[in-house]
Amino acid sequence: MPDLNPAQEPPLPSKDTTSIPLPPPKQFVPSLRYPSNRKSIYDRNLNRTKTSDISLASFAYLFNALITYHHAQSGSVSEIENRLNRAGYPIGIKLLDLLLYRQVAAQSSSSRNTAARPTRMIDLLQFIQGTLWRALFNRPADALEQSTTKKNEYMIIDNEPVVNTFISIPKEMSQLNCAAFVAGIIEGVCDAAGFSTDGVSAHWAGEGDEMWPGKTIYLLRFRESVIEREEALKAGG
Amino acid sequence: MQGSDVKVVFALLIINKAGGLIYNRTFAPGLQKLDSNDYLILAGTFHGIHAISRSINPAPASPPPLPGHRKTPTTGIESVESSHFRMTCFQTSTGVKFLLFTSPEQPNTDTVVRRCYEIYGDYVIKNPFYSMEMPIRVEKFDRALGGYLVRP
Repeated sequence: MPDLNPAQEPPLPSKDTTSIPLPPPKQFVPSLRYPSNRKSIYDRNLNRTKTSDISLASFAYLFNALITYHHAQSGSVSEIENRLNRAGYPIGIKLLDLLLYRQVAAQSSSSRNTAARPTRMIDLLQFIQGTLWRALFNRPADALEQSTTKKNEYMIIDNEPVVNTFISIPKEMSQLNCAAFVAGIIEGVCDAAGFSTDGVSAHWAGEGDEMWPGKTIYLLRFRESVIEREEALKAGG
Repeated sequence: MQGSDVKVVFALLIINKAGGLIYNRTFAPGLQKLDSNDYLILAGTFHGIHAISRSINPAPASPPPLPGHRKTPTTGIESVESSHFRMTCFQTSTGVKFLLFTSPEQPNTDTVVRRCYEIYGDYVIKNPFYSMEMPIRVEKFDRALGGYLVRP
């Protein structure tokens, strides 16, 4: 051990003398992997809708990994739901554009080259219940209702959410509904369409329903400004 | 007794790869009641006997498998029969054992036990809140098994 004069020592923490220098930064290597025919996901046609079904088992595997990750990271039921919601949100934002693009392609006789985004409340809700649900789950949602007490709240009801097919919630967190992920997608669609919300959340319908034990209600709470705009549009005809 | 009444699935036990009992459910009355401790002992004992039965396999030693190939597994005990019940055992490739207790008249018990394995694969293994090797307390698994095995 060399005897160092403390006055000459640079004013650095002592552990720096033993630290290992950082390796030189690595060159960027793209991680996008190409299948054998050299066609990546970006080479595919955006309009391919017929054969775009994916296997439920592979979805379940990915969704399982997503839930396990967020479950390990968070301390409470509401935090897990919040994180699942955030995971779905960017999907919703992109889905709105993609679905509008595909809608036009489906009705190719139409003279317009892009479908307009839904601008009225009813159009948006029907778009979510019909088009969005059919694109995601291949069937429309089971019901669409307006709250009787608050006029800014709407409910979309799914009797058996596909994402919950294989998921059973343990008793100690019975409030958790993993369809919060789908709620995040809905929130993304609403935001991208210009209907800002105070959040979209997924709730269990309750014990009463023997026929559909997994019945889930998505609660959409729109901002006051959105409601005011809607009233103004309605008044203007 | 009617002919259809004697075909009964009494109970299903699932034993994990360490010999612990992770699931135990009775579907129809008929078996003598055991207390939960006895079920644990039954599972552990059967696990041991099954392991021995695999190693006393009288088949001649096969040549070592080619690289990339697996030796054909020896199955061990597949069923135990008595005058009043038959126990069918199905071991998965990961070492989980399904024990199905039926009446001797029940046909196709191997199909039934494989269907139970499929239900287990769907609702237990694909459930993010189940930890492997632990007792199975999964609502949808119970419901799916009930729908398959409980007679209305």
